[in-house]
Amino acid sequence: MSLEPRTDPNPPTAGPETPAKGPAIDAQALHQEILDLGTQGMVMNMGPQHPSTHGVLRLILTLDGEEVMACEPMIGYLHRGLEKMAERRPYRHFLPFTDRLDYVCSLANNLACAQAIERLAGVEVPERAQWLRVALMELNRIASHLLFLGTFGTDLGATTMLLYAFREREEALALLEAITGARLTYNWIRVGGLPDDMPETWDEGVLAFCDLLESRLPEYDRLLTDNPIFRRRTEGVGVVSSEDAKAYGLTGPTLRASGVAYDIRRWAPYEKYAEIDFDVVVLRDGDTFARYLARRLELEQSVRILRQVFDKLPEGPIASKVGKVLKPPPGIAFSQVESPRGELSFTMVSDGSPNPVRVHIRAPSFANLTVLADLVVGNKVADVVAILGSIDIVLGEVDR
Amino acid sequence: MIAQALENPWIRQLVNAAMLLAVINLGVLVLIYLERKVAGYIQSRLGPVHVGPRGWLQSVADAVKLVLKEDIIPAPADRFMFVLAPFFVFVPVLAVFLVLPFSSGWVAYDFSLAALYVIAAGTVAIMGIVMAGWGTNNKYSLLGGLRSAAQLISYEVPVVLAILAVVFFAQSMSLVEIAEAQRGFRWFIFQPPLLVAAFVYMIGQLAETNRTPFDLPEAESELVSGFHTEYSGIRFAMFFLAEFANTFFASALAVVLFFGGWDGLPGLTGALWLVLKSYVLVFVLMWIRWTLPRVRVDQLLGFAWKVLVPIGLIVVLWAAASVVYAGGVAR
Repeated sequence: MSLEPRTDPNPPTAGPETPAKGPAIDAQALHQEILDLGTQGMVMNMGPQHPSTHGVLRLILTLDGEEVMACEPMIGYLHRGLEKMAERRPYRHFLPFTDRLDYVCSLANNLACAQAIERLAGVEVPERAQWLRVALMELNRIASHLLFLGTFGTDLGATTMLLYAFREREEALALLEAITGARLTYNWIRVGGLPDDMPETWDEGVLAFCDLLESRLPEYDRLLTDNPIFRRRTEGVGVVSSEDAKAYGLTGPTLRASGVAYDIRRWAPYEKYAEIDFDVVVLRDGDTFARYLARRLELEQSVRILRQVFDKLPEGPIASKVGKVLKPPPGIAFSQVESPRGELSFTMVSDGSPNPVRVHIRAPSFANLTVLADLVVGNKVADVVAILGSIDIVLGEVDR
Repeated sequence: MIAQALENPWIRQLVNAAMLLAVINLGVLVLIYLERKVAGYIQSRLGPVHVGPRGWLQSVADAVKLVLKEDIIPAPADRFMFVLAPFFVFVPVLAVFLVLPFSSGWVAYDFSLAALYVIAAGTVAIMGIVMAGWGTNNKYSLLGGLRSAAQLISYEVPVVLAILAVVFFAQSMSLVEIAEAQRGFRWFIFQPPLLVAAFVYMIGQLAETNRTPFDLPEAESELVSGFHTEYSGIRFAMFFLAEFANTFFASALAVVLFFGGWDGLPGLTGALWLVLKSYVLVFVLMWIRWTLPRVRVDQLLGFAWKVLVPIGLIVVLWAAASVVYAGGVAR
């Protein structure tokens, strides 16, 4: 896959003027006439309570009929001040709060936070814990991407996809519940490792789930990927060029669908990702369909990673000893994790006290959402829903 | 006494209409239950199971709930239009059932222009939907109303063309005579031009009944149910009822036009054959609904005018040619 940005060899230029035929219609005068009538766009509030804004996002759309003339996203309906809350409590006490960031994939948040603290305090993580963390990440990624497939189908009117994706997601959640005891807010990654080892025969359950998921993927393709109506709704809609994608700071599948091979798991491998063989899914088109397909193909890669984890999983301790009161030396630490939505990173500053001085969370959904307003202008209302769905945001993370 | 009263044409018509109303409402309840069960099985879940054995009283429970619900008229709504709109949608659907022949002689009112009447009366419902969209004074509903106006008017054209092709073959506009012409398994679907016409008709009716992939006026994920967003209680029930009655009517009309009406193997009465065949078509509609995504508004209109209407015109010419030159007349 190439990283080269796409350039148009023949930029559009004004063609030679053609002589007017028939009764001349002065388009400009006509346009002016319409403006003189004083017509305005219809301002429509989409959200914060709307079935397709995936939470409490509010879009102020200015419409010309069905066409979007302007779009202004409003965020903050779910703002809880999590970064500030982190500064008011000891390091490890913030871990449960991170579940509420990207609540569809809370383990990635746990991990990013724990990694930042580990780097700050210089805590080593045992091998087995690192491998299990990879397994948890990928299982959670599968659950998250399945949720995306389902909701994206619903956004486009294919309600059956939701039920099919949730059927498999249910299995993934059952596995996660077996190890963590929770189905959504797991809070299962601790500073220095994991709170407990996996249950016996859990690995068999995961491998069986991998087989099940692989057998169901062709079903999804028949229902969505190969459906001509689905293709026509998504192909060529909301195209992001690779330069734009980089300029907006997009990450995750949203960026990789635009032809940029940037994946933290490969770029700055954490835990045991450096020892795992997997492909970074990169697509070139940058349209809504490519963003959908990137996630659909990543499911296969996650299955591949899960299988390797249980091949290589060593015996050993599950957590390293960490003192009751964690007082990292003064300094700054930075962690990056490839969450299902993109690059999730924590920056933590310590002054030697039990509480962090400053915590900054770089939420992938927040950066990805910035591109929406420019993408939807000129498209239809129905495309707003499709494009928003394909960016796959979680408002808990956008608002923090 | 009763027999004497039935001699009076006025009373007879009234009884017919009352019976029809009962049949339609009961049929719709069954249809709603079926839709849920079919959707359930397609989506690998169960559908209703709690109310009554296998959940078949669910529709009744829902109907009772809707009747008992508070009737809300939003403050900014245009009261007159808001109140009137459900009737404009519901009454035409009932009116078209008047001419639907269930079997020879089993028709509330048969006349020689029934096919034309079905089209004309059915179109009035569009006005109700636009009224609902406008009268609600909700921007989502307005978009839904506008979408349905564009959609229903566009898809009316191919449906009319398809029916016209059938009329050529049957040499009559009476639905009874159209069905009679197909007696003895000479169903119109077996005639090549009418096979194409049947496809045009079914796709057009899919759009006319606001079903996926053409359910844009009430697109849940975009317009939050579109024109009936603000309706609740019995008024909502009327939209709901009209939609399902319309679905059944579209299928029953397809059976009369293309699938031989009440023609079938001996052993069952004609009316049962008609209902049975209609339900098979309804099942196909449900199947489509729970499988396909929704098209976009420009694709929807483009498909009607660039694909369906040209095909419809060709079918009309083809049907006319085969009637005149190949002696394709059924009678």
